[in-house]
Amino acid sequence: MLTTLSRLIKYGTQIFWRQRLLSIATMVVILLALLVFQGLIISGVIANTAINSIQDKIDISIYFKSNASEDEMLRVKSNLEQMVEVSAVEYVSRDKALEAFRQRHKSDETISRAVEALKDNPLSASLNIKAKDPSKYSVIANYLNNNVSGELVENITYNQNQVVIDRLASIIQVSRQVGLLAALFLTIVAILVAFNTILLGIYSNRDEISIMRLVGASNIYVRGPFVVMGIIYGVITAIISIALAAPVIWFASPYVKLFIPAMDLREYFTSHFFLLFSYQLLFGVGIGIISSFIAIRRYLKI
Amino acid sequence: MISFQNVSKNYYNASNHAALVDVNFKIIPREFISIVGRSGAGKSTLIKLLIGEEQPSKGRVIFGHYDVGNLKPKQLPELRRHVGVVFQDFKLLSTKTAYENVAFALEVAGKPQREIEDLVEETLDLVDLADKAENFVHELSGGEKQRVAIARAMVNRPDVIVADEPTGNLDPFNSLGIINLLQQINQMGTTVLLATHNKEIVNQLGRRVILLENGRVMRDVEKGKYSLA
Repeated sequence: MLTTLSRLIKYGTQIFWRQRLLSIATMVVILLALLVFQGLIISGVIANTAINSIQDKIDISIYFKSNASEDEMLRVKSNLEQMVEVSAVEYVSRDKALEAFRQRHKSDETISRAVEALKDNPLSASLNIKAKDPSKYSVIANYLNNNVSGELVENITYNQNQVVIDRLASIIQVSRQVGLLAALFLTIVAILVAFNTILLGIYSNRDEISIMRLVGASNIYVRGPFVVMGIIYGVITAIISIALAAPVIWFASPYVKLFIPAMDLREYFTSHFFLLFSYQLLFGVGIGIISSFIAIRRYLKI
Repeated sequence: MISFQNVSKNYYNASNHAALVDVNFKIIPREFISIVGRSGAGKSTLIKLLIGEEQPSKGRVIFGHYDVGNLKPKQLPELRRHVGVVFQDFKLLSTKTAYENVAFALEVAGKPQREIEDLVEETLDLVDLADKAENFVHELSGGEKQRVAIARAMVNRPDVIVADEPTGNLDPFNSLGIINLLQQINQMGTTVLLATHNKEIVNQLGRRVILLENGRVMRDVEKGKYSLA
């Protein structure tokens, strides 16, 4: 068993090395496929972060009249928190709202002075609500309109921003779907192209395969070397692919951050390095092995 | 022992051509037998049936305890390790050296490394190619290629060596060398089956000759000469 394995590895590396030109040509194509694959993963992460940070900016607030008691507001809060559509509710008391207002405008003296001049706090208490899914804001707004007495409510922001929120929600949904479809399509293209190239490489060895059969080689001896070669293709191309990606990501990271502050590409790349690498290893080696199996099936009948 | 029992082979193509019709003969161990006939007489088909590359349409091909026509694909490699085949076009593995080509036949049979080294060196010596062991196939002449092929065919000490027009691509001088080598192998105890249309070679051998014509056995003579009936 061990002898067989070591012989198969020897044959595989021999063919790989002695048909260098063919090996390089095949690997270039697999490498391109891997780069596409890797690009899809990374741009998927970027797009996702971008969409999430937009989604994060959407929320609705309910402002209470100044006669609403804190108990009543907290009851609304806990009711909201029990809804499946809601991901977070933040209670902002009148004092906190004033404090935040002061902070925001502390560099503007006119406003600061105007606030100091006021005896009463003019701001309302509010609940700041975030939904799990941006398309669910209408449900939440409906609930608020129907279940919170109008005597307590000063204003619900959804009612003014409804069109924008709904449109943003549908854009987010569509861009996720389009992204997924495009990724799926490109992955299939990459797989087929890599597949075809390996198939052609083995096709050019069909005479050798039939000779092996005539000399008394069993299937494992015919198939083995090509499977080994497929593994070598996968390993080498995965290493090159990630080595090519590293500097690109390093240099692109600050620019991406300009557009999407939440996206730290360098951090993502270093913390997901092994995951990214093993995805590609799996992709490359998988294609190598499966296509060798399929290609040789055709020539094993002699 | 090899025997062909009422073997017919039809190729179901446009011409529905019958390659072999009702062929009957036996080969006993240590024989040197020549199958002669014009191109297209059925010599190559006969050999393909013997090594299981084709199945007979009718009849049985027996090789030792194998019923060749009814072997499962998995059993074929085992059968082929008992038959060494030499082809007109050599059929060497182009990505391997002379040494590796010969060693391959032993490696796929699972022989241990030490034994392989000894056997391959010994066999390359026998075919007088010890100094070309590390050459790749494309660096060898036609005669040398055929000697590598013979070395590969005999290296795992098969019961039978089958040579299909082994001299077809060679000049008379190299042809003679190959035939001498086959005779030598035969004297060492291996059955040799030689398919050829080279008259001089057959006459010089003076061994058993089977004449095929249009797929039929026309003559089967001990110590025969090459003559088309």
